[in-house]
Amino acid sequence: MSGLWGVARAIMGREFLRFVHQRERFLAALVRPLVWLLVFAAGFRAALGLSIIPPYQTYITYETYIVPGLCAMVLLFNGMQSSLSLVYDREMGSMRLLLTSPYPRGWLLFCRLFGATLISVLQVYAFLGIAALFEITMPVWGYVAVLPGLILGGLMLGALGLVLSSFIKQLENFAGVMNFVIFPMFFLSSALYPLWKMRESSELLHDICAFNPFTHVVELIRFLLYLQMNWQALAWVVGSTVLLGAVALWAYDPSRALMKRKG
Amino acid sequence: MAELEVRDLSFRYGAKQALDKVSFALPKATFCALLGPNGAGKSTLVSLLTRLLVSPEGQVVVAGHDMARAPRRALAHLGVVFQQPTLDLNLTVRQNMRYFAALHGLPRKGLDGRIDAALDRLGMAERAGEKAADLNGGHRRRMELARALLHRPRVLLLDEPTVGLDAAARAAIVGHVHDLARDGLCVLWTTHLTDEVRDGDHLLVLHRGRILADGVSRDIRGEMPLSDWFLSRTEVVA
Repeated sequence: MSGLWGVARAIMGREFLRFVHQRERFLAALVRPLVWLLVFAAGFRAALGLSIIPPYQTYITYETYIVPGLCAMVLLFNGMQSSLSLVYDREMGSMRLLLTSPYPRGWLLFCRLFGATLISVLQVYAFLGIAALFEITMPVWGYVAVLPGLILGGLMLGALGLVLSSFIKQLENFAGVMNFVIFPMFFLSSALYPLWKMRESSELLHDICAFNPFTHVVELIRFLLYLQMNWQALAWVVGSTVLLGAVALWAYDPSRALMKRKG
Repeated sequence: MAELEVRDLSFRYGAKQALDKVSFALPKATFCALLGPNGAGKSTLVSLLTRLLVSPEGQVVVAGHDMARAPRRALAHLGVVFQQPTLDLNLTVRQNMRYFAALHGLPRKGLDGRIDAALDRLGMAERAGEKAADLNGGHRRRMELARALLHRPRVLLLDEPTVGLDAAARAAIVGHVHDLARDGLCVLWTTHLTDEVRDGDHLLVLHRGRILADGVSRDIRGEMPLSDWFLSRTEVVA
């Protein structure tokens, strides 16, 4: 057991050191949602009317509405960033070092995923802190209650990144995949507009949004921030995490790991 | 008893046969050069020996442990220096060593002493605090070698470890690894450069996924220089 914990600590520690060495990454992760919050939301506040929908019990500003979506956006970008660094690790060879450790491959990948998730969560709290400075606040205990939701959402999106990294052959192919994953996931979700708004314009788009696991990460975070539980979102996120984790494990199986690049 | 044994190992990438019934056995205190031209199947063999790939055909046994049935125990006895650099350039030499130690479950107690001893053996002790990015190619390689020995493996596998090194660094690393073999380690060194093979070394020649020769280098080459023998065999077959 102490060996397993030692491996976990080392892998997570390395993720943290890598993050500390990339200050611009931290800055970008903060600036991106803040631009949406302070610029985009200000512009759209008048255009989008919001009715009272759960978990809200009163009218809220548009800025308040999009905060959970932007928290999930931080997790999404970090999940993809982590996937990018996995492809980089593979090209640079350090992935080989990890995969030739005698510890179970599933554990090694989970530690990598969990380390990246904890870094994402730190960034989400930094974002929530800055939002609070602009008087966009949540219930105090909501900041605590949201923690498991952030970890779960981070794991789900990190697992998605892990799956993508296993299918991306070279670093150069990454940008295209990002465009085909990040933008559709983000815009076809409840991050920027409630699903009933989407239904008003297109039933099909509404259904796609409802099937998008990212929507459920957003809703899980939204409800937890207001000290409520959205069981349906929880089930979606847990189910998606398990499924994506299983696919990642399959994709990193030694009997296929290098096959794709040769074949 | 063989420290590294490979029996009837085959591997295909789709329709392409990369390795075809490869078998060999290496005892302790052996320096074995695995010589093969580009595309011979050396990298595939290294991937199979390190469990980056798994083949349904054949067997790999490291220090008595079957790689398929007991991969953890087999990998615990295997030290690897990959052809590609595997250092984290943002970390110091010591941090890289500690990371590796944790990946192999080495106890933290006494670890720094162990790291110092491993670095000292390769003349790298004074560089422990330097960032890996600041090391030159030869020192990076030496550090990777020191790291591969940290968990005291019984078998050391080096995949074309001198690629990109200048003549002095190449000679130094070849010498170090021969010394390690003389001290009892079982070494498998893959290369396509015949000048890295000494006359008394065990030699395996791999070509088109098959073992062409297996024995002591001087016996294999006979009266010919090894480079001529190697070219004649691989070019004629090609």
